[in-house]
Formats: sequence, C-alpha cells, structure tokens
Amino acid sequence: MAENRPRTLFDKIWAHHVVETLPDGTALLYIDRHLVHEVTSPQAFEGLRVAGRPVRRPDATIAVVDHNIATDSSRRTGITDPESRLQVDTLEKNVVEFGVPYIPLLDARQGIVHVIGPEQGLSLPGMTIVCGDSHTSTHGAMGALAFGIGTSEVEHVLATQTLLQKPAKNMRVTVDGKLPVGCTAKDIVLAIIGKIGTAGGTGHVIEFAGEAIRALDMAGRMTVCNMSIEAGARAGMVAPDQTTFDYVKGRPYAPKGEAFDRAVAWWSTLPSDPDAVFDKEVFLDAAEIAPMVSWGTSPEDVAPITATVPDPAEAPNETRRAQLERMLQYMGLTPGQKLTELKVDVVFIGSCTNSRIEDIRVAAAIAKGRKVADGVRAMVVPGSGLIKQQAEAEGLDRILTEAGFEWREAGCSMCLGMNPDKLTPGQRCASTSNRNFEGRQGPGGRTHLVSPAMATAAALAGHLADVRDYQPQGSH
Amino acid sequence: MKPFTTLTGVAAPLPKANVDTDQIIPARFLKTIARTGLGKSLFANFRYDEQGQENPDFVLNQAPYRNAEVLIAFENFGCGSSREHAPWALLDFGIRCVIAPDFADIFHNNSFKNGILPVKLPREICAALMEDAKLGGNARITVDLERQVVVRPSGEEIPFEVDPFRKHCLLNGLDDIGQTMQHKPAIDDFEARQRAAQPWLYA
Repeated sequence: MAENRPRTLFDKIWAHHVVETLPDGTALLYIDRHLVHEVTSPQAFEGLRVAGRPVRRPDATIAVVDHNIATDSSRRTGITDPESRLQVDTLEKNVVEFGVPYIPLLDARQGIVHVIGPEQGLSLPGMTIVCGDSHTSTHGAMGALAFGIGTSEVEHVLATQTLLQKPAKNMRVTVDGKLPVGCTAKDIVLAIIGKIGTAGGTGHVIEFAGEAIRALDMAGRMTVCNMSIEAGARAGMVAPDQTTFDYVKGRPYAPKGEAFDRAVAWWSTLPSDPDAVFDKEVFLDAAEIAPMVSWGTSPEDVAPITATVPDPAEAPNETRRAQLERMLQYMGLTPGQKLTELKVDVVFIGSCTNSRIEDIRVAAAIAKGRKVADGVRAMVVPGSGLIKQQAEAEGLDRILTEAGFEWREAGCSMCLGMNPDKLTPGQRCASTSNRNFEGRQGPGGRTHLVSPAMATAAALAGHLADVRDYQPQGSH
Repeated sequence: MKPFTTLTGVAAPLPKANVDTDQIIPARFLKTIARTGLGKSLFANFRYDEQGQENPDFVLNQAPYRNAEVLIAFENFGCGSSREHAPWALLDFGIRCVIAPDFADIFHNNSFKNGILPVKLPREICAALMEDAKLGGNARITVDLERQVVVRPSGEEIPFEVDPFRKHCLLNGLDDIGQTMQHKPAIDDFEARQRAAQPWLYA
C-alpha cells in the first residue's frame, strides 16, 4: 500500500491496527475494545476454559447484562426465568474466573451494551471495537471501526486480542441539506436503507458524511451507525469532529488532561482525506426526507408516513410479488391502505437504536400535556440506568407517566423477544428498534420501525400518525 | 471443528431471499450456554405452529429433507444478527453446506468457524439446484471442497470460489485461535508500540 495514497477514515483506522498481514492478504487486526454480554459469550468462555487459555487483556474488555433481563422492578428480587438466570449467572462466574471487569444488573451504569460503551467513554475515536452483537456498528459514530462478531470470534478476541479479517470495501453515504421539521436521525437511516436495500452495504464499511450528518448530535450519529447492519454493512462510521471530542471529554474511561489533548491531536488526523476514493458512493438530499415508517418485514420496506401500503400486483417480478404477498399477510395489511389508518396495540421507545436521553427528551416534549390513546400499551425503556437517572432529574419520567407511558428499567426489552417484554401474536407495534423481521418482537408480532418522535405520535393517536401533526405544545 | 472435505446428500430447497437469523433461530432460543441442541429450534417459527405441532408444509418437516445436509436459498442469506446460534442450529440439524447467491457478512464468517461451507453461486444456478433438490431423496447433490465443485444429480459439475485460507482451515478442521497464537511475538510488539503512542488505551 502506497503511504501517500489518499485514505479514508476506515483505511486509516485499519492500517493503525494491522499486527501482521498473512500471505493471502488476511490481516491479523488488533482489537482495542471488547464488549461482552450474556447471550453470545458463554460458549466462548467455555472454549477458553477447555483449552486452558486466559483472557489476554481484561483491561480492554468489559461485560454487562442487557439482552435477556426483565425491565420491570422484578429485577431487584432476582431473575425468575431459569434460562435467563443461568445465562446471567454464567456470565457472573466467567467474569470472576477470567478477571473481566463487569457492570452488574443492579449497578446504575448497567444498560444496553451499545449505549454504555460511548456513555462510559469506553468507545473512543480511532479504536477498533467489537462485541458479539451485530449492532456494535453503533460505536462507529465515535469515529471508530466497530463491528459485530460471532461467538467463535468472541473467543478469538478474548484469547488473542486480535481477529483474522479481510479488509472491507469503502462506501460513502453523503446526506447533504437540512432535515425538515419532524424528521430525525432515524428517518435518515430508514431512508438510506430504503434506497440501498438490506444488502446495499454488504462487504463494505459505510462512512456517513455530508451536512445533515455533521449537524447530528452524537445520539443521532449513533442511531444512524446502529442501523448500518440493516443496510448489510458490518460497520458504519462518522468522522470524529468537535462534536465527538466534546462528547468524549470527561467521560469515566476517556483520557484525561494532557492525554486527552494528545488523543484529540491524533483523532483529528483520522477523517478521510479530501480526495480519498470510495468503492461505492450514495447521495441523499436531507430536505427530501419525510418521517418514515416500515410497513413490511424487512428494514428496506419503508415509506413516508403519508404513503399507502404497496400493491403486490404492481411488483416488478414474480419473486417480489410473492414476497410482498407474504409480508402483507403477515403484517395484516391490504394494498392501498393508508399507513396512518393502522391502529397500534403497543408502542416501544427504546433499544440500542433509540434509547438515549435525547430520544427520551423528544418523546417527552411531544407527550407533554397529552394522553396515550385508549387501549394502547406504550413503554419507554431507557438505554442505561444513568440515562434513567438523568431523565428523572429532568422530570421527563413524570411527563411520560402522566401521559400514560410505562417508565421502565434499562435493557434491550422489546427489541428482540428474548426477555419478558414481547408482543403477542397479531399485535401491532410502533417501535423505535431496528428490525421488523417476522417474530422479532415475539412470535406473530407486527413491527413498524419509526423514530422516537413518530412512536410518541402513534401512542397518542392510537394509530400510526404523522408527527408533524403532533408538534410540542407551546412551541409555536 | 469437524473438517469439511466432501459431502453427498439430500439438499433442501428454501426458495426465499433475505432469510434472516431470526428466522433461522428465533431469539427466544438463544438462552443457552451450550453450542449443541439447537437443531430442534432451527426455523422454529416455520417448522412448528403455535401449539408446537409440526407444520407439514415446511420443507424440513418432509420425509427426505429431515436428513438434509445441504440447504439452498436465495439472496442475502443469514442477514440480521451476529448470533452464532444460527450456524450452530443448522449444524445440529445436520446441514453442513448452504448454497445461495450471496450471504450476509457475519453469517458467512460464522459458518466457516463451525465447519459449515457457504457456497456462493449465481441465482440461475441456485434456481436450477433448487429444482434438483425438489426431487428429494432421488437427487443427491455432492459438494466437493477440495476440487471446489458442486455436482448436480445429472453429473454436471459447477465450480465455485472459496477463500484459500478458509478452505485450508475447513479441509483440516483447524482452530483459528491456535494459528493466531503462533503470532504472539508480533502481537506483543504491536502492544508495546501502541502503548507508547496511545497510552490511554491501556488501563
């Protein structure tokens, strides 16, 4: 590789972490941060135990429970589900045996692994970050190379602090212009996935760039990078800038004092060179984005809230027609139906996509002085215990509970149907999570992916609704 | 890891695109601390009804395909989560090879680590193999990794590409970690350099 070739953000972080290049081009890539949770780690620790291997760098590793825990007060009296308890107990034994730092369930810092990484300053610009979870792409918002791995790779990182990787291709998604009122980072990323499809980023790392991305706060950038995986890319990233540095400064695990200044000087060298070449480029105009909602069972099946359910008869080919028919049947939709006519049973505001304080502030601003529609179960699940505390200090919990929302404990909750928060068959849910796959939120559950603002509007209306009709009261 | 050399067996047709990991193994079955025993939950939402009874229409519930060793599907197989439970469930059921036009990256990686060979072939060929597979027990398909060919029941050989390093590991059942451990001096050197340049990365 010529040293003076213009390089992308990805190229630079990659080059900084190659320990060795094997004869066939596979790189032994050094991993700076390894986040561990209860679901994808037990078999990895078991592998280490059987082989008699230690964890190479416990100081670069941190474990937390998030996926299968309850998000109600029952967590204080112990986990009742025996299988969930076994996974949590197993993690707790493993962290003691292998000396891995751990944030326990009842610690205020506990939360969704992809929320607490940035929150604690564990995820920093320029790092390589992995976790046995596909939404590790979230941490790319810090200007890091962050991607999800399987359990065999979790074991590999625990044992060697490296991974065997082939370099990805570079893709840039540029979103210029200003986002219209009522639209958020979630609408940007749903619009991107709608445009490029769920395999649009396969084999690539996506760098999100452009005026509308730069204008996002860190929470918004995390929302966008989080769903890179739904676009097929293993990783998404945003170049580190002053917004990033301001966010990192003062966080518990972030460098302090002179070390911070040194770090910033280095982080400032990371953004893509102006004439760097990308293998694939996509452009979007933020001004053309509208509040989005998914109607199908793949995250690419999205439309503006003003749209209607598509007609399979108009599908471009037989495969797509059959797929559409199956989706409409599963989702209980009829062609031509207005999306705003779809009544919702459940509203879920949470998940590693949208559970940060900024998301909860948006929900509270819209819910303030209004009421959740009759018959709708609406829940807000903060991404971490610290976010919960912050929201309570700001009085957001009271606004939300007075409006009729449930205010819950931190965890993955209704994003993935492996803890008590699940949809029942046929229930329709406006959800701020990231996947609308069949059965994702519980067998037979029907998921519509939306932003926190749109989810709040749906809760108040009792059906999918246009958030532009629900602007905060007193703000205009 | 069990080596993969060549296999001849029944192939199950699953004519769907975007078969995601929540379809392969729904999240409620991830509450295990073992790698084995997941085969019964493979494609659970398709294989069983709400009462847990087998759905006779689903391909893996039909006689010849209960012993399928190959699965044939369409684009973007394995999209979604990083759960290695997806290849573990396939493997525990008995499937050692998945043939599709393309695969999601993490699933693709995870397969190789578990002795499952993902074979990428163009959609037309997958469609033709799917027709072969519909003949069930009368149409065995051979997947020969050494020679990098899929052999149709007609005897026609279809070549496929595979990364040479992964092929080597799969043919020999090699554990990645053992190989990486041989590079320990290089990892030690890297850490010494990085610790000097970016000390904040070391607690």
